[in-house]
Amino acid sequence: MKYELVMGLETHVELSTESKIFCSCGGHSAANEPNDCVCPACSGMPGMLPVMNKRVVELAVTAGLMLNCNINRYTTFDKKNYYYPDLPCAYQITQINHPICTDGCVTLKTSEGTRDIRIKQIHMEEDAGKLVHSGNSSFVDFNRTSVPLIEIVTQPDFRSAEEVVTYLNKLKSMFRSSGISECEEGAMRCDVNISVRPVGSTEFGVRTEIKNMASFEAIERAIKYESQRHMDALEYEIEELVQETRRFDDVSGKTFAMRNKETEADYRYFPDANLMPIIIDDAWLEKIKANKPVAVDEKAEQYREYGISEKEIDMLISNHKIAKMLDDIIAMGCNPKDTATWILTDCAGVLRKDGKTLNDLTMTAETFATIIKMVDSGEINRNAGKKVLIAVVEDNADPVTFVKEQGLDKKFDSSAIDSVIDKVIAQNEKAVADYKSGKEKALMSIFGACMKELRGAGDPAVIKELLEKKLKA
Amino acid sequence: MKYYATKVSPKGNIAVDDTILVKDVVTTAGSRILDGFKPLFSAEAVTRLEEKGYTVAGKTNVGEFGLDLVGEFSYYAPQEEKLQGSAATLVKNGDVEAALGVDMNGSTRRAATLAGVDFLKPTYGTVSRYGVISCAASGEQIGVYAKDAEKVAEIMGVIAGHDDKDGTSLKNETYDYGITDVKGKKVALNKYLLDKADDETKAKVMAFADSLRANGVEVTEISCDMVEIANTAWQILMCAETCNNVSRYDGVKFGHRAKEYKNIDELYVNTRTEGFNFLTKAVILYGSDVLSKHRYKDCFDKSLRIRRVVAEGLQKAFQEFDAILTPVCSKSEYEAYDIKDAFGKVFEESVFTAVPNLIGIPAIVTNGVQLMGNHFSESTLLSLAHSVEKEDK
Repeated sequence: MKYELVMGLETHVELSTESKIFCSCGGHSAANEPNDCVCPACSGMPGMLPVMNKRVVELAVTAGLMLNCNINRYTTFDKKNYYYPDLPCAYQITQINHPICTDGCVTLKTSEGTRDIRIKQIHMEEDAGKLVHSGNSSFVDFNRTSVPLIEIVTQPDFRSAEEVVTYLNKLKSMFRSSGISECEEGAMRCDVNISVRPVGSTEFGVRTEIKNMASFEAIERAIKYESQRHMDALEYEIEELVQETRRFDDVSGKTFAMRNKETEADYRYFPDANLMPIIIDDAWLEKIKANKPVAVDEKAEQYREYGISEKEIDMLISNHKIAKMLDDIIAMGCNPKDTATWILTDCAGVLRKDGKTLNDLTMTAETFATIIKMVDSGEINRNAGKKVLIAVVEDNADPVTFVKEQGLDKKFDSSAIDSVIDKVIAQNEKAVADYKSGKEKALMSIFGACMKELRGAGDPAVIKELLEKKLKA
Repeated sequence: MKYYATKVSPKGNIAVDDTILVKDVVTTAGSRILDGFKPLFSAEAVTRLEEKGYTVAGKTNVGEFGLDLVGEFSYYAPQEEKLQGSAATLVKNGDVEAALGVDMNGSTRRAATLAGVDFLKPTYGTVSRYGVISCAASGEQIGVYAKDAEKVAEIMGVIAGHDDKDGTSLKNETYDYGITDVKGKKVALNKYLLDKADDETKAKVMAFADSLRANGVEVTEISCDMVEIANTAWQILMCAETCNNVSRYDGVKFGHRAKEYKNIDELYVNTRTEGFNFLTKAVILYGSDVLSKHRYKDCFDKSLRIRRVVAEGLQKAFQEFDAILTPVCSKSEYEAYDIKDAFGKVFEESVFTAVPNLIGIPAIVTNGVQLMGNHFSESTLLSLAHSVEKEDK
């Protein structure tokens, strides 16, 4: 029998806010010592009350707008009860009854055409802490406790692992480009609800849920394993499928049962009386809409019109900071396509040599624009421009001063190049003789000597042409 | 008698119930589960008093999490000492000018009644709950014990007003606690509750009504049995919220931790078995049950609806009357009893006190009787209380 895969996704995304969702503790990073970013509120001490971080609401609404959701003007928080040492209050604050966004839709481009995935809801919630096990003891680290998350829940609209991965990549670039989330390792976690049914059937099969996967590669493998398990179970009746929660083991590539429906916890959800309902009025919503970044698709289209390559567009829309730098430089009057190459090829290359990435770039858009404009106007050649770039990136040099000091602009007139070529020809008698006797290779060593003498100034193609002309004369 | 859980300063003029945090002073809410817990900050109400020159004399003993009748079941003071509201007794004895207590299920109002002092449970949201060891977040408020209405008004003026640290705090910076003439005010006497009280209590209420009449207040008898369903709803909400709020006491982070355990589940179970008293455990079980999947709709959710119906019903009553007069307890004397009976006893007694907690209206205890009024009607309640107190002096 032919089977069809039916999946729904729950994706948790850590929001890029300066402080936690209900207290003023700063955001944590891997660099922090355990329990560095903790206060009486996020460690669950009595007497502290949660106070809503408005930025979280704004980012959640922005995500909802990007996913074409209804923004609910009245939204409330609920408590989810369960005991675990990494959960300091023994309850998690989340949204059940009145989530902030509902009924959205996202369109995917896959190898089989376009697919619409319906978004059921987006809700805000707090993250839990983490346990560190050592020998016979366990330690609790509350740095991550109360870090704001949004959970995006889809309808069971996915039919293949490819669609799932395409969807996740789309979310990732959307959230990165809009500054909603950096989507770093572990900041985007996924639960996959999965079932299979005979093709043509309209009823759902028995559903299992694979919990808490952080890498797209693992998600893909888990889906492939689990769907095969379901199909084998239906086809050969080797095991009975039960509704249960499963865990994916990265090493064996298999899923294992964690708990079934009967032993499923009752989380005893109820409204949190400490947090008043949030009312999103027209003025606030308009303000959020006004600050909403251009949708990824529109942005990509704009870059395409500029003539920027698809590979470069991918890099740009997944990095909010770099896309903004590009936009700023273009706004200062530089050519978009050239600018993209300057940033993504030249500048990235310079940084890579020092083991850095574009995210480490400290140069301002103004400085970068100055360099590009000097090249565009013909004041210096592209090689010289690259030298200036290196000097600015590595030594924080001032581009205009650097060009003057190095004399990169002066040697550019053809008379200066002329005299340098004459000088080099005179100094390299042997190579000149070799070339004239037919050794083409000798040309490159003479050319190299010219470039060295010119210290990189001048257009290499022009220099080469001039040189050949003189040698053949 | 052991009135103080912790003594702070011999020069202090304010007592603070042990359900309210005072920085660096051991605060336990009368429970072993918080044994040795030293808060890192003071409650906003305490800070405001200190800024105005008041000094904390000490932390007064309370029944575990304020769940009992009058403070009889504190881990730190045996019931045999007939602990009837430590803070109320200190105020009565003149040891302190006033005291702060958390009114969550009427224990503070009952204690004030027995001691013969005043207590005001203010409108929900007017006093910051920052620094309250929270049990029933949707109905608890810090209130004030004092010898008379004037003193209550003075302290309220200091502690009330908006606080950014409490999301349920209302936006107003100040509220009206002015004592004014009561002539022409209208008070309803709830006969339904009066009939539930013993003769001595009844006599007290009738005498109070007569005094009001003598001061030009019109007192009318009504019979309102909505208090029954209001009480049931509040007990459900209160137990559910308490169950949830005391879940954080698990022995992992602070307070009591069991010595014997082999794994995390045993750590939880043993710590909580040792740390909570029988009444708290009953509240946890009851609260846990009404929140469970199969009971939520019929218990918790229905209680939320009842809250709204009661609020609407009372709004109508307050269009006609300025206040409602009721007893505070069914009996005028406290009798020691077994903790195993506590859950039922508290449930029953709370019929007199639950409405203000359920819908957030203010209530004042004076001369052993209770007056409740509409939201923000503290000034009227204080004035009515003062008009009778003035005569007694």
